[in-house]
Amino acid sequence: MDFTNYKSEEFFDEFFNATGEVRSLVKPLVDRINSLSKDELKTRQEAANAMFMTLGITFGVYGEQKAQEKIFPFDIIPRVISSSEWLHIEKGLQQRITALNLFIQDVYNDEKIFKDGVVPRELVMSAKSYLPVMKGFTPPNKVWIPITGIDLVRDADGTIYVLEDNLRCPSGISYVLANRSIVKKSFPNALKTMRVSAVDDYCLQLYSTLNALRPNRDCPNSIALLTPGVYNSAYYEHAFLAKQMGIDLAEGSDFKVIDDIVMMRKTHGFERVDVIYRRVDDDYLDPRVFREDSMLGIPGLMASYLKGNVALANAPGAGIADDKAVYAYVPQMIKYYLDEEPILPNVPTHICDEPKSRDYVINNLDKMVVKATNLAGGYGMLMGHQASQKERDEFKQAILANPRNYIAQPRLNLSRVPTIVEQTIEGRHVDFRPYILYGDDLYVLPGGLTRVALVKDSLVVNSSQGGGSKDTWVLKS
Amino acid sequence: MLSRVADCIYWLNRYLERADNIARFVQVNTHLMLDTSILGDDAVWRALVEITGDHDNFLKRYGTYTEDNVKQFLTFDVNNPNSILESITRARDNARFVSETITSEMWECINRLYLYLESVAHQDQQSFSHEFYEHIKLSNHLFIGLTHATMSHNEAWHFSRLGRKIERADKTSRLLDVSYFLLLAEGEQTRQALHVMHWAALLKSASALEMYLKKYHLIEHHHVVEFLLFDKHFPRSVSHCLRGLESSLLAIFEQTGRGQAPLAYVDNLLTLFTQVTVDDVLGMGLHAFIDNIQTALNNVHDATIATYCYLEES
Repeated sequence: MDFTNYKSEEFFDEFFNATGEVRSLVKPLVDRINSLSKDELKTRQEAANAMFMTLGITFGVYGEQKAQEKIFPFDIIPRVISSSEWLHIEKGLQQRITALNLFIQDVYNDEKIFKDGVVPRELVMSAKSYLPVMKGFTPPNKVWIPITGIDLVRDADGTIYVLEDNLRCPSGISYVLANRSIVKKSFPNALKTMRVSAVDDYCLQLYSTLNALRPNRDCPNSIALLTPGVYNSAYYEHAFLAKQMGIDLAEGSDFKVIDDIVMMRKTHGFERVDVIYRRVDDDYLDPRVFREDSMLGIPGLMASYLKGNVALANAPGAGIADDKAVYAYVPQMIKYYLDEEPILPNVPTHICDEPKSRDYVINNLDKMVVKATNLAGGYGMLMGHQASQKERDEFKQAILANPRNYIAQPRLNLSRVPTIVEQTIEGRHVDFRPYILYGDDLYVLPGGLTRVALVKDSLVVNSSQGGGSKDTWVLKS
Repeated sequence: MLSRVADCIYWLNRYLERADNIARFVQVNTHLMLDTSILGDDAVWRALVEITGDHDNFLKRYGTYTEDNVKQFLTFDVNNPNSILESITRARDNARFVSETITSEMWECINRLYLYLESVAHQDQQSFSHEFYEHIKLSNHLFIGLTHATMSHNEAWHFSRLGRKIERADKTSRLLDVSYFLLLAEGEQTRQALHVMHWAALLKSASALEMYLKKYHLIEHHHVVEFLLFDKHFPRSVSHCLRGLESSLLAIFEQTGRGQAPLAYVDNLLTLFTQVTVDDVLGMGLHAFIDNIQTALNNVHDATIATYCYLEES
């Protein structure tokens, strides 16, 4: 199995240039793969899969029968990013996160950006993720979004765009770390020769980020990670992060709010908590304020939070800035708050709530990717060029019925990375999610999660839709 | 530590200890049955089900105490909550709940064991081979070793020890209770050699034969009882388990400032152990004495869970 018959076709290939020559940054890796005997690559891939199973990096598929456990598909051929391109990405992400954070603070406080007519007030206020209860609130250090992940894609001409912001509970970081530890066994020499940046210190950085949120740093209490529990598909990640930081992994029922102080039930009695890294959505966080039927949250949490007795990462209501319609205005936010040109461009976005855009979208559905503004994970999405007429008609009706709920973007030809497909190597489309931490300062992990659409010609990389992942090698300068 | 985590670690270890005991019981019985038996086959296999305390469940669904039925029931039966498969599945579920508290080495060990068991359980022809039970036992010993060597001997470690010791004390005492009754009732009239073989099997079921012989050299039933109940140094004797319980409860007490109730139950039992001899026990009736132990162990369990795992606002 090697690159002899590999074809880049008409796409941007991360390994080969337009004339089919191997890009110099990946040459040691390509040479290594070409030098392996026929079955060796496959053997290494199978060893990697077995390792995921043994490590228990699985998610449950729960149906009527006993839960089945599966691993997320993983491809051992990494994606590689040059040091110069990384610098560009890093700067762009820092800029974007800074602006998004200022935007959230503004939306819940002074509303200057509405008053100055840069972002329409109605668009923001109509988002489901807007939480009136947060009005007038400022979180510790004015940081609403300590832990984020931004989805990037590369189009056919090589430009890197921001596809989506994930400002709530972005998952996948444990895969970044697991993928690396496994690829270290698949390609140890190439990893060393190519001078790949280490990703191992993410959890230390994460702990520092959480620590920076303590209401009182002089007499620290516990930091805990709130998980929805073992049946959540990201439970492995929650346990992994808690273990790597040495903090408690707790469920809603492990907490009790007493006199507006959040306590944990410990063997020695109740113990106060300073900071909660919550992996439970806003809606489920506190049944007294949000969904009454939530069994995952902590009754009374919000009252304690709003009094400043406990810090939450990320802050409730931060999702207002990753609404898919609000996304269209991020370039304007960057100019407005920072007086800078955006370093990483947005994908051109049509907001269906705006009549002219809506007409355009409806007349060009076959060229568009339509997304529901309040859904993630590849759900509520129409890939216009691949959809049937019936599906397009259904989306047309849905858009007309609730235009605020939809945006549309032109279809991008996501770049491809060589991927093991049965007995050969073929190009598959990828995106990229780097992770950013905003504590005392802004830290971008030099690496990230490359998600790959394993289905031939598919542009949807979500794990719920047949996607897998790859390790990402950011080269040192 | 979190109350829920303490509870999970405790149960994780109880379940593993349970699976280990059952694997050993089945293995020993299988070997014993290869030799001429003084007892009917089904009496021996029946005793095994009685030790686990699940004979109602067994009778309802299997009817007769054949070797195959009992092995199936104790090994792969998903409707027997105490089968090896179910015990290890629950142990692993609990390990997942607390995977941030135990070490990666421990988690991988139990996860591998679970994956192995699942693969065997789903084979068309389920294996009751010697190697299979050996694998269960060795994995369990590996887990105990990893717990000892890779984890801080902190509060969580002491909760895991509590689970181990209480389950072990329970199983050793039940094993003795059931077997003693069986062997004494039917054994006296039979040839001495066969009789000894059965007592040896009882000791083997508690991994105790070699250590017993080092101390007593000959197999006498009251020595067997003495060894399994009172020996100070043998790690599966009830007395040894109780001392382990006491020292871990004390350690947890020092950490948390709580736990007088479970400690008091253990101390009462330990006091009783210093006051009686094996002759007293056999005089008053072994079954009655073991009944006392079982009740006390249940009290220790209940008081432990109530003290540490169900916290109420004071």
